[in-house]
Amino acid sequence: MTMAEGDLAVANIKFVRSATIDARPPPLAMSGALGWLRKNLLSTPFNIALTILIVLLLAWVIPGLAKFLLIDAVWTGTDRDACREIVQHREIGACWPFVWERWAYFVYGSYPISERWRVDVFFTMLAIGVVWLLWLGAPRRDLGSVYFFLVLPIASFILLTGWTRIGLQPVDTVLWGGILVTIVVASVGIICSLPFGILLALGRRSRMPAVRLFSVVFIEFVRGVPLVTVLFMASVMLPLFVPEQYSPDKLVRALVGIALFASAYMAEVVRAGLQAIPKGQFEGAMAVGLSYWQMMRLIILPQALKITIPNIVNTYIGLFKDTTLVFIVGIFDFLHTVEVSRIDPKWATPVTSTTGYAVAAMFYLVFCYAMSRYARATEARLAMSDRR
Amino acid sequence: MRKEKGIVMATTANAALHLKPTPLNTAMAVELTGVNKWYGTFHVLRDIDLTVKGGERIVICGPSGSGKSTMIRCINRLEEHQQGRIVIDGVELTNDLKKIDEVRRDVGMVFQHFNLFPHLTVLENCTLAPIWVRKMPKREADEIAQHYLKRVKIPEQAAKYPGQLSGGQQQRVAIARALCMNPKIMLFDEPTSALDPEMVKEVLDTMVGLAEDGMTMLVVSHEMGFARQVANRIVFMDSGQIIEANTPEEFFHHPQHERTKLFLSQILH
Repeated sequence: MTMAEGDLAVANIKFVRSATIDARPPPLAMSGALGWLRKNLLSTPFNIALTILIVLLLAWVIPGLAKFLLIDAVWTGTDRDACREIVQHREIGACWPFVWERWAYFVYGSYPISERWRVDVFFTMLAIGVVWLLWLGAPRRDLGSVYFFLVLPIASFILLTGWTRIGLQPVDTVLWGGILVTIVVASVGIICSLPFGILLALGRRSRMPAVRLFSVVFIEFVRGVPLVTVLFMASVMLPLFVPEQYSPDKLVRALVGIALFASAYMAEVVRAGLQAIPKGQFEGAMAVGLSYWQMMRLIILPQALKITIPNIVNTYIGLFKDTTLVFIVGIFDFLHTVEVSRIDPKWATPVTSTTGYAVAAMFYLVFCYAMSRYARATEARLAMSDRR
Repeated sequence: MRKEKGIVMATTANAALHLKPTPLNTAMAVELTGVNKWYGTFHVLRDIDLTVKGGERIVICGPSGSGKSTMIRCINRLEEHQQGRIVIDGVELTNDLKKIDEVRRDVGMVFQHFNLFPHLTVLENCTLAPIWVRKMPKREADEIAQHYLKRVKIPEQAAKYPGQLSGGQQQRVAIARALCMNPKIMLFDEPTSALDPEMVKEVLDTMVGLAEDGMTMLVVSHEMGFARQVANRIVFMDSGQIIEANTPEEFFHHPQHERTKLFLSQILH
């Protein structure tokens, strides 16, 4: 008996495969659409609950939105009567004729009608610049950055403010408004905040006490006050100290305020990235003989900025929406033009405000979502050096 | 500029995978005289006197916390010393940034954790310093980098990122990166301590090759086999002091100090 058991054990230990197992497709429930559903939406009880909840939420929101924005919407008309239930004897949704009529104001503000082509040229130039800079397959991207950071700002400034010598009639910035102002304020904030933020972050980590003290005081002061206060100080307090004729333009003051404000936030974002870089990277860079600025530019910042992309874009998106606060110092940004239009008696209906805000929401959503998507793509591209 | 030209000649005209270490300006590669250093109140380096002649290979060993790493990191000023003199090939290390840069250009360093730049390819890791510090044209730097990558036996990995390589390969890239600057002196700070046992040999072999070519080397290591094979002198440190320095023969067979005997009994089985 014991002998037989021993034989059996030996027989089990010894095993040699004689034929290769052919590859088979996975079970149907694990692949294809059904598999995807199971894996992504219904994998655990908690997940199932979430899925159901979200489906219910969408079922609640989407029909209402569609009804208001499309089905019950009014598409043509010349004044408020087109959008009034009492006149039309039906349920009224979005009042689009109001938007059609006011669209030019939303885009240009009070920019003189005969000069609005200049704003269109600016938008086109900016669009070319953005594509040239951000599209990786674009030709001569080095020229693209020269264009974007040097040619574009100067050309836009001349184009938008005017230069009598080349026949462009001056346009006071008081007349600027709408999407033009929102784009100008946001671009200046976005473009200035990163370099200034980097300098402040480096300053805060500097060994030089004066530089460090300046950076710390600046960052903590600016972060410690609301943006509204910064804007107020820039536009109300500054003229008290500077004589009227030397005091800069109201829009410029707001731009400076926004840029400084965004820089302080950016500095902390960048500092978090710098903090995350291991000491060995600094030592490796120093040991091969790189100078401080070479080390920062070639080794530390590329890595630090890469890991902070989500936070940088987060700050950008916040900044883009914060530009709406410039209305407080009397600048007509996009949201403010909507705000002014919706109380126009010519279009006074119960749905006018909702329609205006819906347009504003879509505008901000498109821009912020675009930034967010581009950042995700960049992250994915830069993650290539992390692959193993 | 002349030196870089010399290297190019060596790579193109004579394909042998050996380097001629850049000659020193003075007979003394490294001179430490009465060096002291404190971290706060903690006395990490105590009256260190050490001279290393050109072409000499020194292995520094000792228990952890004995100040070995701190000492060699003072040689390229990754750490500052607070007392005494450190002279590297005739250049004294002071707060003068120019002098520090000069020393770092000529002293290569290999770290325990490699410290490769993860966002750059292997080739870019090697060409970065020659291009930016030595102002070498990119093509020339590429050529030199390929030469040294061949020498450390991983030319086929040039286009990969450090994260895609094994530890041993990464450390060999780190050695190639240091060699691309054409250094006069090489410092190794526990180069094999972070490696899997199987990869230690490939790194040590590379270092033995360097030693055979006559490179001046200071190596912090516990690889006693390596020490026996290449070291001219072994320096034993404990609690911030040099306890004993001697030829490998004498050091292993006739240790003088009690502390040395104890240390050797613990690491030699």
